[in-house]
Amino acid sequence: MVDVPFDTVAGVPPAEVGEVELYHPRSWWTRYVFSQDAKVIAIQYSITAMSIGMVALVLSWLMRLQLGFPGTFSFIDPNQYLQFITMHGMIMVIYLLTALFLGGFGNYLIPLMVGARDMVFPYVNMLSYWVYLLAVVVLASTFFVPGGPTGAGWTLYPPQAILSGTPGQDWGIVLMLASLILFIIGFTMGGLNYVVTVLQARTRGMTLMRLPLTVWGIFTATVMALLAFPALFVASVMLLLDRLLGTSFFMPTLVEMGTLTKYGGGSPILFQHLFWFFGHPEVYIVALPAFGIISDLISVHARKNIFGYRMMVWAIVAIGALSFVVWAHHMYVSGMHPYFGFFFATTTLIIAIPTAIKVYNWVLTLWRGDIHLTIPMLFALAFIVTFVNGGLTGLFLGNVVVDVPLSDTMFVVAHFHMVMGIAPIMAVFGGIYHWYPKVTGRMLNEALGRFHFWVSFLGAYAIFFPMHYLGLLGMPRRYHDIGETAFVPASAHDLNAFMSVAALIVGFAQLVFLFNLIWSLFKGKEAGGNPWGAASLEWQTPETPPGHGNWGKELPIVHRWAYDYSVPGAAMDFVPQNEPPAGLSAQGPHA
Amino acid sequence: MSAIILFMAGIAAIAGWWLSQQRLAAKPWLEEGVMVDLREESTSSLPAAKLGLGVFLAVVGSLFALFISAYSMRMNMVDWRTLPVPALLWFNTGVLVLSSVALQWAYMAARRDDIDGISIGLCAGGASAITFLVGQLLAWRQLSGAGYFLASNPANSFFYLITAVHGLHLMGGLVALGRTAAKVLRGAEASQIRLSVELCTIYWHFLLLVWLVLAGLLTGWTDNFVDICRQLLS
Repeated sequence: MVDVPFDTVAGVPPAEVGEVELYHPRSWWTRYVFSQDAKVIAIQYSITAMSIGMVALVLSWLMRLQLGFPGTFSFIDPNQYLQFITMHGMIMVIYLLTALFLGGFGNYLIPLMVGARDMVFPYVNMLSYWVYLLAVVVLASTFFVPGGPTGAGWTLYPPQAILSGTPGQDWGIVLMLASLILFIIGFTMGGLNYVVTVLQARTRGMTLMRLPLTVWGIFTATVMALLAFPALFVASVMLLLDRLLGTSFFMPTLVEMGTLTKYGGGSPILFQHLFWFFGHPEVYIVALPAFGIISDLISVHARKNIFGYRMMVWAIVAIGALSFVVWAHHMYVSGMHPYFGFFFATTTLIIAIPTAIKVYNWVLTLWRGDIHLTIPMLFALAFIVTFVNGGLTGLFLGNVVVDVPLSDTMFVVAHFHMVMGIAPIMAVFGGIYHWYPKVTGRMLNEALGRFHFWVSFLGAYAIFFPMHYLGLLGMPRRYHDIGETAFVPASAHDLNAFMSVAALIVGFAQLVFLFNLIWSLFKGKEAGGNPWGAASLEWQTPETPPGHGNWGKELPIVHRWAYDYSVPGAAMDFVPQNEPPAGLSAQGPHA
Repeated sequence: MSAIILFMAGIAAIAGWWLSQQRLAAKPWLEEGVMVDLREESTSSLPAAKLGLGVFLAVVGSLFALFISAYSMRMNMVDWRTLPVPALLWFNTGVLVLSSVALQWAYMAARRDDIDGISIGLCAGGASAITFLVGQLLAWRQLSGAGYFLASNPANSFFYLITAVHGLHLMGGLVALGRTAAKVLRGAEASQIRLSVELCTIYWHFLLLVWLVLAGLLTGWTDNFVDICRQLLS
């Protein structure tokens, strides 16, 4: 520590304790089910998200079975294949990742990391979860309605999304749109909480620039989500009216099954603009919390302060802002004006700058650090590799001339699975292995965890690395059965079979992970309060798992940033955020 | 999409201004100890509910800006037939202005700790808001009576949709207003409900502003202005 400018204010009393306003559960129901405690809500969010995520995982197995061994599984017909694609994408992107990062990690970590007792609007927070659950139930119900779930693709493009050629035209699409609308309402309730809690409920000494990067990531992502989700809301409501009441917001004049429809004059491109105005920020809504989590994991497990903290914060904010002006790079082949393509290609490539800053800073944090290859660290390293990988193919696809021939091929599928499938999931897993001891008081099993990591990481590469090659060959996406096609060599079919086997193995590893989550809850090694020796505030709670109200009588006072690791001359190799400056606790303030 | 881009630029300006006050250039690794005046410096003195309302209004604003974007993109298609504006709409607009004035009255009474003034303001505001909603319903009936149905033209579809969304937001506001009024009935002190009244007032003014923009757009009153903007942009 070079200079200590603020050590003369030792007499600052702890922030007033909002004990009076704190909500107190009175019964088992309000403690564990209709709870207003952010920690319980976080666990509810996480369990619900992971449960519906399992459904999406099984759908991916079914898709891979069909792709790897076409014609073998007679129970997968072309319509079902489209339904699997749609539901897999929608569930993974929105109902799993968004809900898990913001509803799960956000709810658990924000109050603890900023030193608050709870979210500022606990009742609204509880409502948020129950509306989310309703959205998930409505979504899941589409599997059981006549006609099944919609097969429109996760982008739900009109006109095909609501025409009779698309599976799920009767009920599936209606319930899907209703579920999305519910999700957005529920999310808005939660999002208001996350934003206002970060802004207003930080404890004494917790300035914005002392927040752990996880909070920065979740905070910025929430702001983006609050502003971007209305676009999906508007698109969903208007598409729903087109489907149910026969308006023509998006539907052009067209002939369906030989008869002229009642629609006329609408603009499918309008839907694409609205959808991607939400859809592109969504990528970063998922990525920014992952960035934050990874920054914290790397710093803790390399026992070194994060390199370039300020740059990391600025990069998060810059990425958040830029992500609102790139949406049309998803629409290069929609027939828009070439100048627009040029503009959006430029903005897209500019995002590479703040993103690259982050990657460099992670690598420089690792540089000459005391790297512990714990399971969270392994996942964090896997995240960096995978994200760089997916980011580089993003540079390919961001260019109009490269995108046009690759559009709608497996290359795109490989790209977005790398960058917003595998990479964020690696962050999720790393985060779970890292914070599970805080949530439950027990460590996850080490051997099972290492098995889970290596199979998931290598397996994911076995699936998606070859997929780039298939895309370059020209293999199209969304096809149930490619059949005998001249430009696809026989070896490509073998590769597809290999990828499918890899997908099943990776899927099995996830079951091991779920088993580990449950087994360790009862049999895991006792963790203690701070097993990783981490400096940030959530590890300094008086109880583990943190009790109701998080802190004891007084809120903690924050004296430093969250990354004081391996400080020369310090007693331990980390200094907790709430530890007073050295001279202060022993001898009082020195003049 | 220019409406939403403009709206986002406004949000970005506010966010940028706020961030510029937050010492983002601080070097936290050098600054040990409790910062002086950190409450005043870092978290603002606004009540959480007021800030929450502000964030919520940004979300609602984004929603309406997107509707306006969609409207202005769709209206350039060839099948657009502008629908006649029911004269009732102008009457409704006046009623909504009155409603906002009444709420402002209640807010000023709350600052004077005048509980009777609050009750009068809240009742008048609520009654005129309900009158506005009934008036909107009548305008819908007039339009559908004259053969302008929801699905017969995109201009009609947008008119019904946007007025419905605005009406729903007003109904949400009425719930909050009703809860505040109930507190007054149960004999709450003026100081206890001052914040609730203030939040209702902010919400009402915001919805009035949104309505003025929407009414200008839906009645074609701002068409010339929109054309000028479009020419400036292109």
